[in-house]
Amino acid sequence: MDRAAGATPPNLARRVRGLSDRAIAWIFVAPTIFLLLAINIFPLVWTIRLSFTNFRANRPNADVKWIGLRNYERILTDSDIWLTMQATAHFLIWTIFFQVLLGFALAWLINRKFRGNDLWTSIIVLPMMLSPAVVGNFWTFLYQPQIGLFNYAIAFLTGTDPTSFTMIGDVALAPWSIVIVDTWMWTPFVMLICLAGLRSIPDSIYEAAECDRASKWRQFWTITVPLVLPFLMLAVLFRGIENFKMFDLVVQLTGGGPGSTTELTSVNLKREAFEKWRTGYASAYAVILFVTVFGLASIYVKALNRVKER
Amino acid sequence: MKKTHQLTAVALTAASAVAGATAQADDLTLCWAAWDPANALIELSKDFEAASGHNMSFEFVPWPNFADRMLNELNSGGKLCDLMIGDSQWIGLGAEAGHYVQLNDFFDAEGISMDDFIPATVTGYSEWPKGTPNYWALPAFGDVVGWTYRKDWFERPELQAEFMDAHGRELAVPQSLEELKDIAEFFQGREIDGTTVYGAAIYTERGSEGITMGVTNALYNYGFEYGNPENAYELEGFVNSSEAAAGLEFYKALYDCCTPPGSSDWYMSENIDAYKSGQVALQMNFAFIWPGVHADANVGGERSGYFPNPAGPGGHFAQLGGQGISVVSYSDSQGAGLEYIKWFAQPEVQARWWELGGYSALRAVVEDPGFATSQPYAQTFLDSMAIVKDFWAEPAYASLLLAMQDHVHKYVVAGEGTAQEALDALVEDWVEVFEDEGKL
Repeated sequence: MDRAAGATPPNLARRVRGLSDRAIAWIFVAPTIFLLLAINIFPLVWTIRLSFTNFRANRPNADVKWIGLRNYERILTDSDIWLTMQATAHFLIWTIFFQVLLGFALAWLINRKFRGNDLWTSIIVLPMMLSPAVVGNFWTFLYQPQIGLFNYAIAFLTGTDPTSFTMIGDVALAPWSIVIVDTWMWTPFVMLICLAGLRSIPDSIYEAAECDRASKWRQFWTITVPLVLPFLMLAVLFRGIENFKMFDLVVQLTGGGPGSTTELTSVNLKREAFEKWRTGYASAYAVILFVTVFGLASIYVKALNRVKER
Repeated sequence: MKKTHQLTAVALTAASAVAGATAQADDLTLCWAAWDPANALIELSKDFEAASGHNMSFEFVPWPNFADRMLNELNSGGKLCDLMIGDSQWIGLGAEAGHYVQLNDFFDAEGISMDDFIPATVTGYSEWPKGTPNYWALPAFGDVVGWTYRKDWFERPELQAEFMDAHGRELAVPQSLEELKDIAEFFQGREIDGTTVYGAAIYTERGSEGITMGVTNALYNYGFEYGNPENAYELEGFVNSSEAAAGLEFYKALYDCCTPPGSSDWYMSENIDAYKSGQVALQMNFAFIWPGVHADANVGGERSGYFPNPAGPGGHFAQLGGQGISVVSYSDSQGAGLEYIKWFAQPEVQARWWELGGYSALRAVVEDPGFATSQPYAQTFLDSMAIVKDFWAEPAYASLLLAMQDHVHKYVVAGEGTAQEALDALVEDWVEVFEDEGKL
């Protein structure tokens, strides 16, 4: 150590020693700040700038015109965009509802000590380890009316003809087909978070409740639910943000169809940006989505903090 | 601008001559879609490698991702592809965005004449602006939407008799779209050899270009026009005429009555699978599949027949497919690329191309007296190529295509609104695109 210190050139050592704490702190955080600016902030600012232009990335040599708020106005008055928002809201609300319900139920069951508990946990979490693109692809086969296992299972349970309905080709069923697959895939994630919450509740609280002769139902509502709630809310936040961005699974499964029934905002945005190459328009679209998600997430995080503080 | 093009072409021609003279080996990458003809091209290109000393490699992307992948490559000025067999609709973008090298002077210098190629392929694959002698590609693969049918089923006496009773005519190749629908309806849900079969596999795919490539075969034949022949960008009353709406209604009726369950997002490969597995009596598909159908163990040989898209009340047309081969302007091996095009344009190479399963667009090949009988589908190919019409090839073709995909799919598959509403909405979107482009 002494030898290493001794090897440092005296001028440099003096110079470093001469730096203030603040300067040293800046030296340490500067690379991170630089990366943050380069990777996050600059693209954001650039996107905002492009959103006021008619720029097309596939025509780099064309004149770029400043068109003010025209892109924003077009997006917000486009009925098709509102339909994709509706499709996204349907997907978001129902997937979160089912995942929370089933995830919590599974966590509650898994939390009870029984033989093979670990094995079942491993089996249940398998779907979330798969690639969404792969999941989307193989569910198209499961939903196939002539050979699909899903249709045969429904036919077996209801006595209907398996070829009489098509999950991904029917306007009424297609939005549910993506909800089912996403729920199948991501319920284990919610389950794991709920399980962490359940396991964090000290047994002593339940023992105290037992001493007070609280019923199981009362224990559930007054101990389990309030203490798991912050975890559950965290799971909802993660799933909400993820599903707002949902792309690969839906593209593989329905491609946004039939019609635009399952065209979520992210799918629509990708088509505008990288198929139609309306870069300025797509930038405005992205900014609107960013503000929406950021705004909603901020409100939600405040609510989450309030729940935690209770 | 023109001078720049000329200088570039002269430089390229010189480069190609120098490359040829010094026999310097280049590594050439040819980009195309991943499909059967691409395998034939690999085989064919071995002759070029042997003759030129250049090494060929290939980048093939499946059709649903082909446009995405390759247009990204071109738009980013990538050097992956030296030669691009790009879709016919890309020609406007390729020319105007400077992705492709203009080939006029090279053709002149090498004695390659566009008069030697099927006129529809020159217009469709090579020219931009359309109707002007500005060439950006050499017609490489002629293709057109046509129909494949189960000849063996059509020839069954009991089915013949039943069809005759029902329709008062023979169960034979349909002469009109209405007749085609009758046949599809006749087969829908029928038991053949203990299996339930269906009428027709048609294009319904939404994500890329599928349903547009299908529905246009009905639209054209009912009277749909892309615009006023006097003013290409005047759309109202042409795109959304009552005749066009009737064509769209026909396609929806065909989808509703006569397609296999679950075929709401089908394109080329799904149709091939349905046909080869014996699910359908009729299959709409591009002609490129015909060699594969003919060679198939289950449905090939005498079991299948081929016919052009049938006529409708408003005319007789078929959707053009196919592509031209272009030299990518970002390539470092443009000289070798031009050498390849020169080699590919030779009549004997084109004849070999046809033998291997590639559809040559060279008139010397297709007008050869033996061509029509050289394969069971050759005459159908010729008849179909004589009635082709193509989608927009504007630089903004992708926006035009996606709008059509969206509105047509909404009506045909999702059953939303009426045909007239779908086409009115399409006109609105297309007008907006052309306004953005400064063409309106």
